[in-house]
Amino acid sequence: MVAGYNTISMGTGRKEFHPKKERPGLEDYIKEAGQGTLKQIGGARYVDECVIGNFMASRFNKQANLAGFFPFIDEGLKGKPAIRVEGACGTGGLALLTGIKSVLAETAEVVLVIGVEVQNTVKAIYGADILAGAGWFKDRKEGHAYFFPGQFSDRAGAYFEKYGRDKTRKAFARWYRNAIENARLCPTAQEYNNTTKDLEACAITEPNGKSFVDHLNVFDCSKVSDGASAIAVVSEEGLKRIGIDKRDAVEIVGWSQVEDDITRKPMEQTELTTFRLAAHEALESAGISADHLGTAEVHDCFTIAGVMAVEAIGLAGIGKGTDFILEGNTARDGKIPINTTGGLIGWGHPTGATGVHQAVTILEQLTGKAGKSQIQITPERPYALSVNMGGNDKTLVAIVYKRG
Amino acid sequence: MNYEERLQNVSVLGAAGKMGSGILLLTSVELADLSLKPENKGKSFVLNAIDVSDEALTGVMRYLKSQVLKIAEKKIVALRAIYKNRQDLIENSEIIDQYVFDVLSVVRPGTRLEATYESGIIFEAIREDPALKVRIYTQIKENNPNHPWFFTNTSSIPISELDEKAGLGGSIIGFHFYNPPAIQKLVEVIKAKNTLSELEDFALTFAKNLRKIVVPSNDIAGFIGNGHFMRDILYATSQVDLLLKDLSFVEAVYAINKISHEYLIRPMGIFQLIDYVGVDVCSYILSVMNSHLENEELSSTLLNKVLDLGVKGGQYSDGSQKDGFLKYEKGKITGVFDPGKKEYIPVQVIQGKVEEKMGIMPPVLPWKSVVSNPAKEEILKSYFMEIKKSASFGASLTLSYAVNSRQIGLHLVNTKVAFNEKDVNTVLLTGFFHAYGPVNEYVL
Repeated sequence: MVAGYNTISMGTGRKEFHPKKERPGLEDYIKEAGQGTLKQIGGARYVDECVIGNFMASRFNKQANLAGFFPFIDEGLKGKPAIRVEGACGTGGLALLTGIKSVLAETAEVVLVIGVEVQNTVKAIYGADILAGAGWFKDRKEGHAYFFPGQFSDRAGAYFEKYGRDKTRKAFARWYRNAIENARLCPTAQEYNNTTKDLEACAITEPNGKSFVDHLNVFDCSKVSDGASAIAVVSEEGLKRIGIDKRDAVEIVGWSQVEDDITRKPMEQTELTTFRLAAHEALESAGISADHLGTAEVHDCFTIAGVMAVEAIGLAGIGKGTDFILEGNTARDGKIPINTTGGLIGWGHPTGATGVHQAVTILEQLTGKAGKSQIQITPERPYALSVNMGGNDKTLVAIVYKRG
Repeated sequence: MNYEERLQNVSVLGAAGKMGSGILLLTSVELADLSLKPENKGKSFVLNAIDVSDEALTGVMRYLKSQVLKIAEKKIVALRAIYKNRQDLIENSEIIDQYVFDVLSVVRPGTRLEATYESGIIFEAIREDPALKVRIYTQIKENNPNHPWFFTNTSSIPISELDEKAGLGGSIIGFHFYNPPAIQKLVEVIKAKNTLSELEDFALTFAKNLRKIVVPSNDIAGFIGNGHFMRDILYATSQVDLLLKDLSFVEAVYAINKISHEYLIRPMGIFQLIDYVGVDVCSYILSVMNSHLENEELSSTLLNKVLDLGVKGGQYSDGSQKDGFLKYEKGKITGVFDPGKKEYIPVQVIQGKVEEKMGIMPPVLPWKSVVSNPAKEEILKSYFMEIKKSASFGASLTLSYAVNSRQIGLHLVNTKVAFNEKDVNTVLLTGFFHAYGPVNEYVL
């Protein structure tokens, strides 16, 4: 993978954002991200195939048939194959895998992959309806007004009961602090302008079930975001074609894609079992263990998901994720820096783009192009992992990367 | 009749007005919430929205819809529970639409007074005209067999006078909302001499269900809210007169507005507040109060003078401010009215001289950052210490304004309008959104 590009993650928190002012539309984000990547690979003429990932433009923007926007990005893409994929918040990961499979199938040497979502077209309370589509619609009626926060609040409640509320909430607050501190180093992050002094004190605010959910507050949640990310999935032959050195690319050394039954409730509220399966399969296919990871991008749609992700990857034992986080291991100067540009809570969560954004962040970190958010990658731990999740632990994509 | 039976048929008179539309909104939501309780299934709840103009009523229905939508969005968590048995309502948007429909379905807009003849409760928010109010009460009383209870929103007329003149036999209570009723937390409740005790009980329950803060006031013209506000106006205009020695009229108005806004840490200056309420309304309230109060002359030549020149203030139907003593552009003050020239003088021309006259003032935080600040008391204490220490002209004006406001508060207690100092402070804190009550220790 090469030539990553992220637009700004737009939404509350960004200085430019005003809910009543006109903002860029879906097509603007697609164009900006697409052109950002095309420019780095020498133009549209080198592209064999295009993939666009998007979750719910059909409702957020009343727009479908998104593959039709590729020729809008660049006329040179007219006449080339293009496809749109969807897997809720795991869409971006699926888009990457679609590109990877084309390359592996040798139907393409260069695939342009874009993920996009523009969600601030509706108020959060209606956005919750739209995002609930990531779950089974037959569960919607009995679900919470804020459906997904409700689902993960239930998980947080179960986790509190099993492993203790105070420590878990402290770990949530630390997760939030790490996310914001990382986001402050990344100019495209939604929380880039956050100036709160005591982040953990802010994040420990008691949840209020009357206006939101019982066990999570707004700081425990990812952002409502508009944004797009793009990257090129390229074979070795393709790299030669576009004239980019291997060292400026990351190699995909393992991956996994796992699906669970959307009509079933989680087997275990305090664990992300599908997430675990995907992460383990990916690490196994790369022939490495979690100890070889220098960094990871995990799907922290909620802080509780972050805690359970740490356990699911195998960085900490079951019920020990909170300790792992509170000991500072996931901070940018810790044992394994996680979500180094803020993740879904700090950078933002334009749902269909998130999986691609994770890959772009890892590409930048492993090739030394992460600017102020750059962490040190040591020869002992040269690998990186991204795990992108759709729905409540349903659609999972895990990818292992290494510098080319 | 129990609480719910009383509310099965309600009327709001003056429903399209500034206060009436707010009362209509709050009442329609309360009625709809009652109608949605499982035990009230099958019962009908009717709210007659009565005003003189069909056009204004159409406007108020639009206002109602937009406001109920906001309320529904805010209480979606509770609404999902209320509609949990409605299998056809699944998404938030469907539930919110249904709730807006259910609230609006309670409301029957119309221009005919006859609609009130079946009501158990009449909210009256018409013009501050005692004769008109008495005439309407009498007509309803004569034609309504249900012995309705009258809730008047008057802010100045003694309730006992209305009771006696309309022959209501105590079926009336003062239920004074603050502007805008949907936002201001306060309701001043005023019992007339003969107000029925069950009516008072009902009023308190109703206020509680509307999540309002109740302050009882005695039945003396102006009550607590206007008792303070009107005397505050008269003090402000007297200060303008004093300043005329050194400043022009527009400069003096600008200076006193600035003192009473920024330096007293209030949400708006006194002349802006007069414009907000309406110069005509203020002048009318003064005249009503004046006719009831002995040993005190409550009238303002200044207000009457600008009124004669057609300067009225008040709001446009979209809620934006009309020009009055001050000129407004996008909510900002841009000029001051000069009665001599009959035009607005731009603020830029005025402010230099005023600031020079005020001298160097102690630094002050804006009202917005003080009003809900947990360290409010400390901030105010040290600010007023600085004001007292300062030798500037502006600081002495500020201090004497605050001291006078305190004296008005104490006067309201001494003349038995308010039961105690705390009630006076609560009215100013919750009805006028002040950051501190007038009867305080800071200014001593």
